[in-house]
Amino acid sequence: MVEQSAPRTLFEKIWSQHRVLERPDGQTLLYVDCHLVHDGSAPAFQRLRQRGLPVRAPGRTFATPDHYVLTTTREIGEIPDPERRGMVQQLAENTAAHGITMFGLDDTRQGIVHVMGPEEGLSQPGALLVCGDSHTSTHGAFGALAFGIGSSEVSHVLATQSLWQRKPMTLRITIDGELAPGVTGKDVILAIIARIGAAGATEHVIEYAGSAIRGLSMEGRLTLCNMSIEAGGRAGMVAPDEVTFAYLQGRPYAPKGADWDKALERWRRLPTDDGAVFDREVVMDAAEIAPTVTWGTSPENALPITGVVPDPADEADPERRDSMIRALDYMGLTPGTRLEDVPVDRVFIGSCTNSRIEDLRAAAAIARGRKVAPGVVAWVVPGSGLIKLQAEAEGLDRVFTEAGFEWRQAGCSMCLGTNGEIAAPKERCASTSNRNFVGRQGPGARTHLMSPATAAATAIAGRLADFRVLGDVT
Amino acid sequence: MTVSFTRIDAVALPIAQPNFDTDQIIPARFLSRDRDLGLADCLFRDLRFTTEGAERPEFVLNRPEFRPAEIVVGERNFACGSSRENAVWALFDYGFRAAIAPSFGDIFKNNCIKNGMLPVVLPAQTVASLLAQLQHTPGARVQIDLPTQTVVLPDGTRHGFEIDPFAKHCLLNGVDEIAFTLSQVDEITAFENRYGRENA
Repeated sequence: MVEQSAPRTLFEKIWSQHRVLERPDGQTLLYVDCHLVHDGSAPAFQRLRQRGLPVRAPGRTFATPDHYVLTTTREIGEIPDPERRGMVQQLAENTAAHGITMFGLDDTRQGIVHVMGPEEGLSQPGALLVCGDSHTSTHGAFGALAFGIGSSEVSHVLATQSLWQRKPMTLRITIDGELAPGVTGKDVILAIIARIGAAGATEHVIEYAGSAIRGLSMEGRLTLCNMSIEAGGRAGMVAPDEVTFAYLQGRPYAPKGADWDKALERWRRLPTDDGAVFDREVVMDAAEIAPTVTWGTSPENALPITGVVPDPADEADPERRDSMIRALDYMGLTPGTRLEDVPVDRVFIGSCTNSRIEDLRAAAAIARGRKVAPGVVAWVVPGSGLIKLQAEAEGLDRVFTEAGFEWRQAGCSMCLGTNGEIAAPKERCASTSNRNFVGRQGPGARTHLMSPATAAATAIAGRLADFRVLGDVT
Repeated sequence: MTVSFTRIDAVALPIAQPNFDTDQIIPARFLSRDRDLGLADCLFRDLRFTTEGAERPEFVLNRPEFRPAEIVVGERNFACGSSRENAVWALFDYGFRAAIAPSFGDIFKNNCIKNGMLPVVLPAQTVASLLAQLQHTPGARVQIDLPTQTVVLPDGTRHGFEIDPFAKHCLLNGVDEIAFTLSQVDEITAFENRYGRENA
């Protein structure tokens, strides 16, 4: 059905296709195509059980444990903490009781929920996808409308396969030009957040557009959309194109045969129409984006790796100055210090932001033939069992272990440490994850966010490092 | 939850930091704790207590005047970050019933409404003035009236606020959203039938 209406954005097309009903007060009941569930879902299932409600669409619900699993073992029984073990066990019990497909610890498809969805072909263009995790914005990389929800909302989706929402505003971020070699989706999103701020996209859905975005791989787009929430965005999305379709084709839950052709026809109509209007527009130049790292306790505290720790005295706004002083105190940094002179204790390559095969290849390319600096503990945590197998087939695990990295099993791990894998107080961690919040990687732990290549170079150098100038280390 | 909210006249707690994230409200290591055990002692855990469990006297909530607080006042982007509803539960279990800020993390704001807690957005200047008043007069009270959508600050100034009409309705009446939606389940079934055909 072709509507002869005004030009519409990708977001508006998906929104209107999922509208079950709209109240006069503007609240809209949206239908959920795909609901991803992880091992933090126990309270949501408990609420359903208390009311004796069934799951409305178990066939649209897919689960995998990630937050509470250990990355040293695949045995649930070896999780020493009974509460955490219980979270993983309850996911298995709840999904079994409701007939929900679960990729458990004994399944190579298990992984971080935002890695599993794309890998299985569950994240599709035009879909409305939700999950009880703020990084659900990841799946917008396929041209889906995907956003994180709270536990009560998870219960609501389980019971009704729908969700009440007020239509958010739209923000288009256009980045044209060519990214410098080695500059990745991670550097792009950190540069965006530094520019628009951690609340820059609050109450907005972001569409990332422009030639630099179209030039990103699926992995790069997933990283980009993943951190939309760190700019305050409700969701982030990239219009589906040939890169998207090539990634999806043949995935287990992607349409097959004639259905694939029909889906392609539908998906090709999704991109934003010429002349469609966004509530806000931001334009950036790809050539200006450098390998980027964070220095503070908000993702908006990001600078090129060649920069220096900023001086609060230079900040005119008193609120921002106070924040900087607090952040530098927590981070143990002195204004004026070159970022490349900041030593680290740990390196974490993993998380729903950067644990995909392309990320591991980029890190391995830096690590190959080199050694992790003495005293630095460096981990590589693949995003899923399938990525682990793929990396091992390519010999990346040996590259990492020969360099002195630990090669671990799939899970969220040190991104937030819900499984107990944390850094010690005052330990400084170079991390490919998404949040450098106070205490995020453990009480008192200090986090610097960066890309996998920058993290690998940092592991080798023992300090924040620019992979472009990494000398031969013997 | 079917907790309702109408009005409040209570001590307000100033959290004078922008981008105050939900990891600060409740650290990740408490997310596996059963809600039935109560989460009040996890609230602001690492700001409130040392690793040994002693109170940090410098943290606002540990000052005697602020202990009975039921309203939390934050700066720009309050409760951003993680979707953990446990952040609302921890605030609620301590006794908080409303939050005021110039802007909130979207998911936190939604989570508040599902739990009978009122998120109030006021202009940045008004919130800055409120924070200054609370710091100047610890234990000062703030009134919030949902039916008339007004806030009265300690200095007596009255300020209107906007709220989504559906959220207001749900809060005032303690609407059980799942039951409310299931009462319209025919619409969902009709959509599913229609949707299935369109995507065939």
